[in-house]
Amino acid sequence: MNLGPLIFLAAFFGLAWSWFGMVLTPQIQIGRLQQTNTVPAGATYPVGRPGLARQGLAVYRANGCAYCHSQQVVQTGTVCDVVLTDAGTNHAGLLVALRKLRPALSEAEDEQLMTGLPKTIRERLTKDEADPMVKTLTSAGAKATTWIVPVGPDIARGWGTRRTVAEDFLFDYPVMPGSQRVGPDLANVGLRLPDAKWQLRHLYAPRSEVKGSTMPPYRFLFEKRRIEHTRSSDALSLPSDLAPEAGFEILPKPEAVALVAYLASLRADAPLFVAPLSVAEPVTTSTNNAATNQTTAASSGATNAPAK
Amino acid sequence: MTPPSIQPASDASAPVLRTATVSEIDISCRLPLMVLFTSAAKWLVIGWVFELIASIKFHDPNFLADYSWLTYGRVHPAFSNSIIYGFCLQAGFGVVLWLLAQTGGVALAHRWLVTVGAIFWNLGVTVGVIGILAGDSTGFEYLEMPGYAAVLMLIGYLLIGLLGVVTFHQRRERQLTVSHWFFFTALFWFPWIYSTANLLLVTFPVRGMTQAVIAWWYSQNLLVVWLALVGLGTVFYLVPRLAGRELTGRYTAIFIYWVLILFAGWGGIPNSASVPAWLPTLSTVSTVLSLLAFIAVPLNVCETLGCSLAPARRNYPLSFFVFGVIAFCISGFARAGCALLDPNQIANFTWLNPAISQLSVYGFFAMVMFGAIYIILPRLLGVGLPWPKLVRVQLWLSGLGIILVVLPLAIGGVIQEVQLGDARRPFIEIMRSSLMSLRMSTVGDLLLLVAHVLFLANVAGLVIGFYRARAVVTYEELTEDLFKAARAKA
Repeated sequence: MNLGPLIFLAAFFGLAWSWFGMVLTPQIQIGRLQQTNTVPAGATYPVGRPGLARQGLAVYRANGCAYCHSQQVVQTGTVCDVVLTDAGTNHAGLLVALRKLRPALSEAEDEQLMTGLPKTIRERLTKDEADPMVKTLTSAGAKATTWIVPVGPDIARGWGTRRTVAEDFLFDYPVMPGSQRVGPDLANVGLRLPDAKWQLRHLYAPRSEVKGSTMPPYRFLFEKRRIEHTRSSDALSLPSDLAPEAGFEILPKPEAVALVAYLASLRADAPLFVAPLSVAEPVTTSTNNAATNQTTAASSGATNAPAK
Repeated sequence: MTPPSIQPASDASAPVLRTATVSEIDISCRLPLMVLFTSAAKWLVIGWVFELIASIKFHDPNFLADYSWLTYGRVHPAFSNSIIYGFCLQAGFGVVLWLLAQTGGVALAHRWLVTVGAIFWNLGVTVGVIGILAGDSTGFEYLEMPGYAAVLMLIGYLLIGLLGVVTFHQRRERQLTVSHWFFFTALFWFPWIYSTANLLLVTFPVRGMTQAVIAWWYSQNLLVVWLALVGLGTVFYLVPRLAGRELTGRYTAIFIYWVLILFAGWGGIPNSASVPAWLPTLSTVSTVLSLLAFIAVPLNVCETLGCSLAPARRNYPLSFFVFGVIAFCISGFARAGCALLDPNQIANFTWLNPAISQLSVYGFFAMVMFGAIYIILPRLLGVGLPWPKLVRVQLWLSGLGIILVVLPLAIGGVIQEVQLGDARRPFIEIMRSSLMSLRMSTVGDLLLLVAHVLFLANVAGLVIGFYRARAVVTYEELTEDLFKAARAKA
């Protein structure tokens, strides 16, 4: 029996099916993503990386940093805290409300809670638990908010404040989310380790900055130069065992400077509709407005909870 | 198209249509397959040298650290690309072409063009690996070769693949086996995924995270679907013949085929991916559904072998196949386990991930290819293996080596997964605790390198033996007159 054309049809169908599901549909959904706004501040997000950071991305790609470093913060859930921001004037009423929320505390401790605001009253609740508590506090004349806190081992480790989402990579090419954690996650390294000098020293000699590090040194991104008149302000200040002989200095090549600029630009901490979290409000924002917006963010948190 | 009712062998008036004899088929395949198989063996050794360099860097980060060409982030992709494009795909092309010609009872079409295709392919891989080492990688895992190398490879593949299809089309033996389903599909699968990935990631890049999704889709379709199509096609054709039995589950094999092409191509999106949740969810579902294939393959092979290892005992190529099938099954279960039992969604960041891909790329596919090449190449060239005993040594070294690579990495990966889930544990401590398993896997890498040198020696020895035999015959023919004249004078 001649089944050749039939096999071709089967192959065509099988591949078209997977192409439809894993190439076309993601392209329609994620490929058409536009800039979005942060919640509640409404700032545009993301903005493109500065030119030097883009060059740094090319250095990151060329040297395969992504084979050891992921850029994906994983979040296992979201919890809500109840935060008292303003005690108001009805202290007696607030005290009653506080005793209702924290029955285990003594009166003196409750009094303490009302000073030095803002203060977290209750932690790690679901939104359905937290919202009535906020209501109890506000009906006592105080100001309180439901504080959205993403949780997960990565976040507890300080690698990020929320999970990374597709928006964080919108303007990058190539996108390198990484597949291994031989080194720490870098999604928020610009926030965690903002010191460019530290980054340069770490690239030059990782073990001088992180004891027991397994990262290879990237000395080929630096050059040793004779000190002409005065020491360059860009020269690395290295411990004596790593420093070059007298009269010489170690200077970063443009690649190293660009790479550090890229690392500094890595921060995925904007509160978004798809990945809500509460952040300290900018001073200029009116508190009232922020509170309403925060509620919106919280409800979006309920519908967009991570699937797994 | 020739109607299948024609019985070409008995039709003396149409000599073009007669079924080619076995030796004619072998002669037609000789040159292209020699190029494909020897280059594949060469890439295997080159790739493993890269892997060894990368592996030693975990013992001492300062090792070769001053050369940008040899930094871990370049040597590692150079390794994976040499193995996948240099060895796996190339060996796969050779086996597919030979089996298409063999089962079709027809000589390989345009063998010169196939050889040119193989040369282009190798040129592409060479340029690509040098490009990666020079820092020109695209940044997408398993698609690191820069665009200019991809063009060369695609030209090479189009020649190879197209002439494979032509050979299939010209076949005299119209009856199809299950292997044809697998091979014919593989011939179409590769150019489609390769061109899609290159067009959407390198030439006209899509926006943002879609790049990562397409890169995952591509690597899944290449490493899981394509390798399985070619590897299983080979297993289903050669295992019954080596064991002297019939393939028992013909319909099971077709079922495996459908499961592979319908479900396996959807997998590969890790749980941690920063994409809308439906993508990893669907991916997990299809990974679990494709388990059906990973269960059915060993059952089918087991039944064909009469559920005993006795046929494989003295038959080394068959032992390679049996090892490959077991590795195939385990890798499928491990992949599904990673997708399902992953409370912190970080399994794909641990060493489990490379352990599983090594198991399926090397433990399954490369082992099947070794078995197939040991059968095919001596037959093609008409000379015996120069060191037949080394086949057994290589079987043991490869088997032990891959176990020593995969097992420590998998155990280390599970420990890493548990520790990464505990935020109180400092990261540097987690890293250092997984170093032990990395260092153990270096021993495995060393064994594998030795195994590959033996393999290369046998393959190169075969080719040299073939040409030497040929040279002797030619020399005798050419000098016959001289000797005759000399004898006459005397």
